[in-house]
Amino acid sequence: MKHPLSVTEAIALIPDGSTIMIGGFMGVGSPLSLIKELVRQGKKSLCVIANDTAQEGAAIGLLIDAHSVKKVIVSHIGTNPETQRQMIAKELEVELSPQGTLAERVRAGGYGLGGILTPTGVNTLAAEGKQLVEVDGESFLLERPLKADFALIKAQQSDYYGNLKYRLTAQNFNPLMAMAAKHVIVEVEEMLPVGCIPPDDVHTPGVLVDMIVKSEAKA
Amino acid sequence: MNGKEIIARRIAQEITPGSLVNLGIGLPTMVAHYVDKNDHVFFQSENGVIGIGGFPEGMENPSLTDAGGSFIGVLPGAAAFDSAFSFGLIRGGHLDMTILGGLQVDEKGHLANWIIPGKMVPGMGGAMDLVAGAKRVIVAMTHTAKGNAKVVESLAFPMTAERRVDLIVTEKAVIQPTEDGLLLKELGPGCTLDEVLDLTDATLIIPDNIPHMQI
Repeated sequence: MKHPLSVTEAIALIPDGSTIMIGGFMGVGSPLSLIKELVRQGKKSLCVIANDTAQEGAAIGLLIDAHSVKKVIVSHIGTNPETQRQMIAKELEVELSPQGTLAERVRAGGYGLGGILTPTGVNTLAAEGKQLVEVDGESFLLERPLKADFALIKAQQSDYYGNLKYRLTAQNFNPLMAMAAKHVIVEVEEMLPVGCIPPDDVHTPGVLVDMIVKSEAKA
Repeated sequence: MNGKEIIARRIAQEITPGSLVNLGIGLPTMVAHYVDKNDHVFFQSENGVIGIGGFPEGMENPSLTDAGGSFIGVLPGAAAFDSAFSFGLIRGGHLDMTILGGLQVDEKGHLANWIIPGKMVPGMGGAMDLVAGAKRVIVAMTHTAKGNAKVVESLAFPMTAERRVDLIVTEKAVIQPTEDGLLLKELGPGCTLDEVLDLTDATLIIPDNIPHMQI
């Protein structure tokens, strides 16, 4: 059984300088209570792996605003002018990865693969510094796996084993990240007794989840 | 009818019943308004859903948005999934069509739409995967931006993918990139050939008879 920790207790376990994956897509499916607590505890020099940095003042954008992040690995920063400003001012390192490639790199990290071969980005700027591999006459980029010290993810429901169920488009990167980090902290909207989530409905099995936190954010 | 509506209406005609279609953020989203409901087209959003339809006025669900972060509705029969699966659909040849915006398209049919070096670095998001993987790629863009042509001889900005796009639809013209170059297929409502040539910085292949868009 895993009894929910407070947001403060869970985030206190994350050292400055950690590499953390954060679920969500433009803030949808992001663990907002955990993000706010990272800011409140004044974490520094984080490397954040996520789909995007949302907007200024919102979700992962809060970490950018607070200068908590030294590097992001994301698919776009177009919706957050502050991320662009910090990148241009060299306060923040930005590694852009095509979205489908980013998802597969996280999946590869969690699935124990040495990388993935994708046609996406061949002969574009996204291919710089990457190995080109030919398979049956077709060209692919070798993209390396991503792993993290912590994954901060968001689910709709958890039972006390940590079995998780996500909701609609709030799923996005969350189940992939649950596989790819040493420590997985999930923020949930609803806690249920063990057995209340039918096996077919479990998206992420509880064995992958280390800590559960009840969301303090309004959905 | 404004330019964007012309573009959206014309592209809607390209969509076949029952197909799986991804609409980019902005102008491409408008295309859905002009598709017949009885065609049962499946609209995908790369953040993880098939079956977008209607707008949930007063019934917004914070866990249901499109890739632009806007609240959406879904139709009965919709499906939700994670990002790896979503891009498996895109990259794996399961997506019939992607409709996306563009900064420029050149004579080879290469699209640029994710970065203006030194000025604007929004990032590629899902665009590189979409152009590389969709069965058919349609670029929806205004013919010019601030008076500058967007159909050009060669790209001034880094390209999104090596793959040649299948069709360019602007308010002034429908242009089909081919192995031999850019083929002018149709003129916009009320447009003349001279006007299109004047607003285009690329060589166009001009057939004897060029119809106007029927919209």
